[in-house]
Amino acid sequence: MTAVAKAPAWERFTPRERFARFTVYLLTVAAVVTSLRTVEVIPEFLYDAPEQMMDLFRRMWPMDVGHYPQAIHAALVETIHIATLGTILSVLLALPIGVMAAGNVTPYPALNFIAKLLLVSSRSVNSLVWALVFVAVFGPGPLAGVFAIAFRSIGFVGKLFGEVLEEAHRGAIEALTAAGAPWVSVLRMGYWPQVKPAFWSIVMFRWDINVRESAVLGLVGAGGIGVVLDTALNLFHWDRVAMTLASIFGVVIFAEIVVTAIRRRVL
Amino acid sequence: MRSIAVDEGRGVNARALVVSDLVVAYKPGQPVLKGVTITFNGRGMTAVIGPSGTGKSTLIRTINRLVEPTSGQVLFLGRDMARVKGRTLREMRSRIGMVFQEFNLVERLSVMENLLCGRLGFVPAWRTWLRRFPESDIARAFDLLDAVGLREFATQRADALSGGQRQRVGIARALMQEPALLLADEPTSSLDPKTSVEIMELMTSLARRNDVPVIVNMHDVELAKRFAERIIGLSGGTVVFDGPPGALKDEHLKQIYGGEGWL
Repeated sequence: MTAVAKAPAWERFTPRERFARFTVYLLTVAAVVTSLRTVEVIPEFLYDAPEQMMDLFRRMWPMDVGHYPQAIHAALVETIHIATLGTILSVLLALPIGVMAAGNVTPYPALNFIAKLLLVSSRSVNSLVWALVFVAVFGPGPLAGVFAIAFRSIGFVGKLFGEVLEEAHRGAIEALTAAGAPWVSVLRMGYWPQVKPAFWSIVMFRWDINVRESAVLGLVGAGGIGVVLDTALNLFHWDRVAMTLASIFGVVIFAEIVVTAIRRRVL
Repeated sequence: MRSIAVDEGRGVNARALVVSDLVVAYKPGQPVLKGVTITFNGRGMTAVIGPSGTGKSTLIRTINRLVEPTSGQVLFLGRDMARVKGRTLREMRSRIGMVFQEFNLVERLSVMENLLCGRLGFVPAWRTWLRRFPESDIARAFDLLDAVGLREFATQRADALSGGQRQRVGIARALMQEPALLLADEPTSSLDPKTSVEIMELMTSLARRNDVPVIVNMHDVELAKRFAERIIGLSGGTVVFDGPPGALKDEHLKQIYGGEGWL
């Protein structure tokens, strides 16, 4: 035998890996085929779609600019209020839960588990569903919206805040512990300075998301611009729909600019 | 194993630290410290030397209970540090200052606030939350900043300082506690040789001026011999040398570090 033939055989994948990869490909194709059959595409509607889109755009244009002072403006302001109050409420609730979820700050696995359960249950429910719940509790209106936004945001803010706490530099914490500092003082002088920038970043990011989320809450009666949008949609006032959508777009851009400006100045 | 004579004639100092039969095992059955007994007589500087992984840091960290001992006693100020809990543990810790290898400052706080962190064991939590520290603490912080030569850095953030400056802040923070004992865990290992000597000189002179006994961990034998009045050699989790620097000979170093090619 020659030396070349003796060279150890090398293959990128073991037979088992190759089999696994093939199985994944096969399952992917099967999933796509099954999905296509499940959605039941109606060919007539599909061919028709571009035409319908053009028709919709023609009905939307020109936008009903006059509707802005009539209804949209007040609803927009309400939307921003819902987003802001909801964010503030969620932060107040999420701070203690986040501290409780961080294993290094709260060295009790049972408490960590409870906190993580609370955070997951907050996140597992969509804000529209939270809104439906709170509309049932408080009746339709912005209050239901504020609570819907707050309860959906707890999971987001609490989880990220807890993770930031867990990433805090251990050495500084150790030093304060070694100096005999009580737990609350370690939290204040050890953890807080380290997590503060990330905390404000999380809060502003969530506010930004909440401005967008609160725009649709009105569809289920939880106040804000969504109510105006819903009414216009139901009455086929497509020019008003267009104006409302444009206004939401404007507000989202505005929120983005505000957040970016604050972040640059504060952090 | 030799035992040392502790302050013969005058008895044991009130700030003496008695470590007896100390065993620390991070994993059951694999002790890092295998029954260490040392009496620190509560004055001057004692250096603990030994190879990496031999339990130098573990010994120092067990003294202020950053590490939980498996068995044994650590008697200090009339209490057993291995047993105390809760508030008593915090009070005991607040009497023991500590200087760290990686400085362990709160990077985003000012130098002044890092010094005030040394007082957290004494300041009520509500004052800490409002960051309203007693004026006497602030005055002491300025005195210590003068002593370590960093007064003009008081309002700068700790992360703006160099390594040597940070360790000066670390030493000042530890002395803010008005400690009855100063522990230093490899205080110069992150510093260059010149800065290391400066830091050791500063620590020695400040400890002497404040009349604080020091226990320092180091792997630099020459630095230990130069500054310490007593050297403890640790190897394999037990004390293999205990005596003045002059008595530390090559055969001891062979025993502590193993081999001789490096000598």
